[in-house]
Amino acid sequence: MAKKLHTGIQRTPAQKVFRVIQYIVCIFLAILSLFPFVIMLVNATRSTIQIQNHPISFVFGSSLMNNIRILNRTEMFSAVTGLKNSFIISACATALTVYFSTLTAYALVAYEWKLKGPFFAFILGVMMIPATVTSIGFYQFMYRIHWTNSLLPLIIPAVAAPGTVFFMRQFMVPALPMEIVQSARVDGAAEFRTFNQIVLPIMKPAMATQAIFCFVGNWNNLFIPSILLTNRDKYTMPIMVSLLNGDVYKTEYGAIYLGILLTVLPIFVIYFALSKYIIAGVALGGVKE
Amino acid sequence: MKKNKSFSYAKYGYLFSIPFVVVYAIFSLYPTLNTAILGFTDAKGMTGLTQWNFLPKEKFFNNFIQLFKNPMFMMSFKNTLILWVVNFIPQILLALLLTAWFTSRRNELRAQGLFKVIFYMPNIITAASIAILFNKLFAYPVGPVNSLLQNLHIIDEPINFVNKVGTTRGIISFIQFWMWYGYTMIILISGVLGINPDLYEAAELDGASNSQMFWKITIPNLKTILLYTMITSMIGGLNMYDIPQLFNKGNPANSTLTTNMYIYNQAFSGSYMYARAAAASMVMFIIIAIASVLVFLAFNDDEGKAKREAKRAARLARKEVG
Repeated sequence: MAKKLHTGIQRTPAQKVFRVIQYIVCIFLAILSLFPFVIMLVNATRSTIQIQNHPISFVFGSSLMNNIRILNRTEMFSAVTGLKNSFIISACATALTVYFSTLTAYALVAYEWKLKGPFFAFILGVMMIPATVTSIGFYQFMYRIHWTNSLLPLIIPAVAAPGTVFFMRQFMVPALPMEIVQSARVDGAAEFRTFNQIVLPIMKPAMATQAIFCFVGNWNNLFIPSILLTNRDKYTMPIMVSLLNGDVYKTEYGAIYLGILLTVLPIFVIYFALSKYIIAGVALGGVKE
Repeated sequence: MKKNKSFSYAKYGYLFSIPFVVVYAIFSLYPTLNTAILGFTDAKGMTGLTQWNFLPKEKFFNNFIQLFKNPMFMMSFKNTLILWVVNFIPQILLALLLTAWFTSRRNELRAQGLFKVIFYMPNIITAASIAILFNKLFAYPVGPVNSLLQNLHIIDEPINFVNKVGTTRGIISFIQFWMWYGYTMIILISGVLGINPDLYEAAELDGASNSQMFWKITIPNLKTILLYTMITSMIGGLNMYDIPQLFNKGNPANSTLTTNMYIYNQAFSGSYMYARAAAASMVMFIIIAIASVLVFLAFNDDEGKAKREAKRAARLARKEVG
C-alpha cells in the first residue's frame, strides 16, 4: 500500500515519458540477450539451404533429423562423449569442492589455532589468482606423472577451492551457532561426526548455491581441458564445440547451430530451473566478497 | 568420552585443513613454482617437458628479456587491454544506469525479476559456445546480422566482419560486454540494497531528487564494490581466451590475439617453446598478483572507512530528521 502511494498518484507527463523510455531500454536489452539463442534454436531445425536464403527466421524447420545425421557423419563431434566427460568432471569436481570447502571453512570458524589467521589471509590472497597463469607448470607436472588425457587433473584439484572456502566461511560465521557444536560435544559426538551430521545440514543453502556455480564453472572451462586432453574420447563439451569451427563442417550451418545448441542445452536447463537461486547467489557473492 | 577443561580442540583446526592444504600445495603451489622455474630454462621442443637445463648465468633472464623484445607478446598484451577496456567502460556504465533504475524508491519498475534473469543469462552460458555462435551470426556474405542490417537499411552491402580489425575487436568486446553487464548489475544492486536505508529516508524527507540521492548517497557508498568489480573484471580480462580464440583465432593479422592465446600458441603449437610460455605466464601472474594485493589492501582500508562514514552520515541524518 505504501508503495502505491509513492508510485501510483502524482506523476508528471515527463515522468511518464521517462518510464516508457526505461521499459523500452529494458525490453531492447532483453531482446539482445535472447536473440542469439532464438536464432540458434530455430536454425538448428532448418536446412543449410534455408539458412543461406533466410538467415533469420522464427519458424522451426523440419531438418532436425538431417542435421543430427550431418553432425554425426564425420565422427568428429560426439555429443554423447562430450556430455559424458563434461558431466563426470563437473559432478565430481563440484562434490569435492563443496564438501572440502565447507570442511576447511569449519576449521576456520569453529576452532582456535595458531595458524588460523595466516591461513585465512593466504586464502584471501590467492583466491583471485586464476588457474590459467600457472598452466605451463601444471601441464609439465601432469605430463611427467602421465596424467594427460585423464580426467583426474580436472577433478582432484577441486578439493582446494580458495574462493569457495571464503564464501563458506562468510556464510558460516553468522549461520552456525557455536552452542550447537558445544552441545554436540557434551553429548560425546566426535568432531568429524559433528561436522557431517550437524554442520553440513545447516550449511545446505550455501552449499547448494556454490554447487550450481561450481558445476557451471567446470562445465564451461575450456583452457585447461584443451591443453590436457588430446584424445578424442576424452573431449569435454567446450572442446567439442570448438571442433564446429573446423573445415569438416564449413558450410553445414544447420548442423553447426545444432552442435552449439547441444553444448548449451544442459546449462539452459539448469539456469531456467534454478534462476531464482542463481540470481540470489550472484547477489550474495557481491555483498559478501 | 572423557572431558576436561584443558582439552584443546585446536588440533581439529589443523586436521580439517589438511585436505585443502595438501591438494593446494600439490596442484596449485607446486605448478606455480614449476612455471616460475621453467621460465629460467631452455625447455622447448618435443622432449622439452622432461629434459631441460637452466640457462647459463649470463643469459639467466633471457626468456624474460626476449619476451619484452618480442613484438607479438607486446601486441597480445596491448590487444588484451584494448579488448578489456572497450568492454568494461560501457559495461559498468550500463550496469550503473540499470542499478539506478532498478533501485529507485519512487519509481519502481515492474518485472524486475524477469529482466534480471534475462540480463544475467548470457553470463552462465558456455563462452566457447557463445564465441562459435557469434561467429556464425556474423557470417559473410549471408548471415543473420548482415541480413538484419540490410533489412533495416542500415547497410547496403554485406560486411565481412571478421576480416576487419575494428569490427572483429568490436564484436569480441561486445560479446564480453553482453555477457557481463547483467552480472555487474546484480552485484551493484545488492551493494545498493546493503546501504543503510536511513540515509535515503532522511534525504527524501529533505526533498532530495532521485539523481541527487544517486550521486550523493549511492555512488560514494558503492565505492568498495565498484573497485571490487573493476579488479575482478580486469583479472578476468587479462585472462581472456575462449571468446577471441574461438570467435576468430586472433585474426585478422593477430589483432585479437590475447596474452593467454600467445602463451597457448607458444607452448602447445609450432616449436613448443615451453620456457618462453612459462616466462610469459609468470609476467601475467605477477601483474595479476599485484592487482589482487591492491584489492586486498583497498578492502581492509576502505571497508572500515566506508562503514565509519556510513555510520556518521546515518547519525547526522537522524539528528537532522529528529
